[in-house]
Amino acid sequence: MIRALITVLALFMALQLPADAARDDSLVADLSEDTIGISTGFTGASVLLFGATDGEGDVAIVVRAPNSSVVVRRKERIAGIWVNADELTFDDAPGFYHVAASRPLDDLLPKGILEANEIGVANIAFSPHDFLSDSDEEAFRAALVRNKQRAGLYSETTGDISFRGDRLFRTRLELPANVPTGQYDVSVYLIEDGSIVDWSSSSLVVEKVGFEAKLTEFAFEQAPLYGIIAILIALFAGWFAGFVFRKV
Amino acid sequence: MSIYLPIAEMSVDVFLILLMGGGVGFLSGLFGVGGGFLMTPLLIFIGITPAVAVATEANQIVAASVSGVLAHMRRRNVDFKMGAVLTVGGFAGSSVGVIIFTALRDIGQVDLLVKVSYVIFLGIVGTLMLVESVRAIFRHRSGTATRGKLHQHTWLHGLPFKMRFRRSRLYISALLPLGIGFFVGILAAIMGVGGGFLMVPAMIYLLGMPTSVVVGTSLFQIIFVTANVTFLQAVNNQTVDVVLALLLLTGAVVGAQLGTKMSGKLRGEELRGLLALMVLGVCAKIGVELVATPEDLYSIDEVEGFGL
Repeated sequence: MIRALITVLALFMALQLPADAARDDSLVADLSEDTIGISTGFTGASVLLFGATDGEGDVAIVVRAPNSSVVVRRKERIAGIWVNADELTFDDAPGFYHVAASRPLDDLLPKGILEANEIGVANIAFSPHDFLSDSDEEAFRAALVRNKQRAGLYSETTGDISFRGDRLFRTRLELPANVPTGQYDVSVYLIEDGSIVDWSSSSLVVEKVGFEAKLTEFAFEQAPLYGIIAILIALFAGWFAGFVFRKV
Repeated sequence: MSIYLPIAEMSVDVFLILLMGGGVGFLSGLFGVGGGFLMTPLLIFIGITPAVAVATEANQIVAASVSGVLAHMRRRNVDFKMGAVLTVGGFAGSSVGVIIFTALRDIGQVDLLVKVSYVIFLGIVGTLMLVESVRAIFRHRSGTATRGKLHQHTWLHGLPFKMRFRRSRLYISALLPLGIGFFVGILAAIMGVGGGFLMVPAMIYLLGMPTSVVVGTSLFQIIFVTANVTFLQAVNNQTVDVVLALLLLTGAVVGAQLGTKMSGKLRGEELRGLLALMVLGVCAKIGVELVATPEDLYSIDEVEGFGL
């Protein structure tokens, strides 16, 4: 009974967001930019994150794009050919996820707190659509993370945060060229003695701008007209090419 | 120099795309084929999703076929009536093809469908062409060229709704070109090709059209079929990337001119033999992908409805 109570209490504490733990403004952090525009020359972006703490402690930074649903498929050999067979859909999969920590996460915080705050690639709370056996679900979950990591969309770095004195810190957040668009959440956690002392959160908007934005909007919102214009462009280009090379 | 493709949502090297367009354009000029069967697998190879590759390639083929058809029209090598009948069949077929494509995309089997179609049809056409061209080469060497009948009469010629096609010097059932157009249209939509490599042999061997009008007429109907595919893919799947299509096109136009000049230096059967080898090469590469154990048995895909 007492053990159960302790477990409940521990869980309760773990789930308490650090918001009402000692929030004494011992952490301030900001980004060098609050918007990243994807234009024709976009090959990825780098954002400077900087901040100050009121003393010693470790810092963990989580960058997270909006969630979407992702279907994971497993291939099976059927009649000698590899065919997609079983599948499992997960909701709440961030389109992009990056953690930067000053020390390995497992050294900083207990597993329960990491999970409760979804800090660390292994601790993202995907929710599966269907019930599978635990081992199967785990395999699909691992495959989701693995595929996202391969695409450069999920990552973790340790020790890439530089400190000046005890108080100032900064790090560069690298976003690859294939990042999804949307409003990202950038959370900074100040960690001391295995607990989150303070945290701050800011948002970073990644959006297509200029020509890229107009074209995408056009393609999705006026699809028939976009299709017709795509055809007209091709017809003209073909005619033009034929015309030019006839003279040569 | 990199450019961000708005629909494919990835950054690519402009020169790589131009070079790919140029290379495939060169081969299509050399062999007189559209080159979709080379370009679509290449696009997928550099990381563009099959859905975007197939739809965008259809858009590019529209342009390639227009410039090809203009050249053939000047030589009066297009049978417009036959082209129109094939187009009617092709419109229906490609519409069905896009529906199949969309449905299979939703259940995660589009990769399989695209790859299996490639292996089957490139395999058949490549083998037939290779056999035919090797025979022709030997016949040429031994100097015993024989002339057969113009075309043989089979049950196909007994079908109703006969129509007269003047340029092709044919009096056959309209059902025949309608059916061929329909079938090739389905494959064009699924494989992201114009379908010339299937249409041309079908016109020669099934319809019995004279070879002089075959390529021009095939190109003529490909314009309409690929335009239809472009439109339907844009509406149903939003997967036509005009920026990518324009880049490919620019390279392809230049490449095709060089290829056409080269083609005069090789004999017909040698060209067909080389083309057959290339077709079989692509077929083998995709075939291996189907049977070899993949690096990761698991793959992921965004669930639809999260566009923009």
